[in-house]
Amino acid sequence: MQLKRAFRVWQRHFKVYTKLYRSSIALNFVEPVLYLAALGLGLGAYVREINGIPYIDFIAPGIIASSAMFAATYECTYGTYVRMEYQKTFDAILATPVNLGDLVAGELIWGASKSMFYGLIIIIVISAFGLVASPLIILAIPMLFASGLIFAEISMIFAAVVPGIDSFNYFYTLFMTPMFLFSGIFFPLDGLPPLVSKLAFFTPLYHLVNICRSFSAGKPSAAIQDVVWVLAVALILAPYPFRLMRRRLIK
Amino acid sequence: MYVVTARGLTKDYGPLRALDHIDFDIAKGECFGFLGPNGAGKTTAMGIIYCFMPPGSGTVEVFGMSVTECPSRIKSRIGVMPQEDNLDPDLSVIENLTVYARYFDVPARKSLPAAWELLEFVELKEKAKARIKDLSGGMKRRLLLARALINDPELLILDEPTVGLDPHSRHSVWEKLEYLKSRGTTFLLTTHYMEEAEKICDRVAIMDSGKIITTDSPSGLMSTYGGTLEDVYLRLTGRSLAA
Repeated sequence: MQLKRAFRVWQRHFKVYTKLYRSSIALNFVEPVLYLAALGLGLGAYVREINGIPYIDFIAPGIIASSAMFAATYECTYGTYVRMEYQKTFDAILATPVNLGDLVAGELIWGASKSMFYGLIIIIVISAFGLVASPLIILAIPMLFASGLIFAEISMIFAAVVPGIDSFNYFYTLFMTPMFLFSGIFFPLDGLPPLVSKLAFFTPLYHLVNICRSFSAGKPSAAIQDVVWVLAVALILAPYPFRLMRRRLIK
Repeated sequence: MYVVTARGLTKDYGPLRALDHIDFDIAKGECFGFLGPNGAGKTTAMGIIYCFMPPGSGTVEVFGMSVTECPSRIKSRIGVMPQEDNLDPDLSVIENLTVYARYFDVPARKSLPAAWELLEFVELKEKAKARIKDLSGGMKRRLLLARALINDPELLILDEPTVGLDPHSRHSVWEKLEYLKSRGTTFLLTTHYMEEAEKICDRVAIMDSGKIITTDSPSGLMSTYGGTLEDVYLRLTGRSLAA
């Protein structure tokens, strides 16, 4: 793998993205704001406070995390799969000096970049609404990238093994949706059976939510453990998308 | 001097033997053709040369470098026109060329004029801003040819360059290829059209079931075996190419 060649792939995606950004930004940005409004204001009228924090302030940092998560997963499941199987973009790129390792790295880094970018948009939006207590939230930006890498890796591992595009339904229904609901975004997990928080510990979103919440409260030290978890898992998962994509594509 | 040298090249897909110990050399400046029906192993042999898949066994050297050891360096000097349309549908016609150039590290100040020049060459200048889905089949083939030329390749690999085209578009592609040939580009092409092989190739390797049966110039084959190239093929493989 060579970083410069991976960057060429990143540049292709960036170029396409800047052409299409109007339609795709709406999809990824309207949805989190809707969650924030519906649950923060709607449910918040009844729930009022969690752990002494107004409900909308409680969920706002979590929306940064989920928004970052969905950006990378859509990109590296459906996006990657369409480029690979339908548009044959991978075949075209592999006939150039870009090799498979460079291509996979480019896809992953692009997915992580999108996580960072979409998380950043939500940071700006919720800050504008006064829902972020501390400017230390800025420090979460590199962690959005690192977590984005994990989401991209998991998504690409899945994209490398699915028999067809419909199989992503399993990924979203059985993995993404439960992770989204039980990540601590909407309610603390303490009130649930201990098994839930034990399971949540193994999901990246749970840790990214903790990071965003602690950083936006101005207490980054509370999330040290989560930072270590994210960095370690991003590293541990890294070889698998490369290995599985090689198995799928090199005959 | 040989641009491509293959010795004992074998490739299996599971139990299927796609290439069975084939040897061939492609000289600098020549147009070498693989002639054979679908499933003869042409596309596999080509894919190995442009480092898309590794050889099962045997050796393949391109520009004196091994395909397994130096894929990027080999690919930087090759242009590939694939059989199927893999143009980038998310990009316009001209962007398909400039973005592709970037994979070869051609800087934008060079790739943009080169892209316009190539669009002129393949008669697609008016379509520069068009979307890929608005191009006809013939236009797509010509754009694929232009894209294969964006890095000014020393070896041009063409997989069934005129398959599925109407006679007019086919002649238009042949014209371009003949021009490139006159400038000394080395070609490797696969085809199952006799007319294409006769018109463009200096030498053809007749392939069947993963083996090269014989290699010679089209005129050499016809004088050795008699009749048209079609007859030669029928005699050597026992079946018609049209099938």
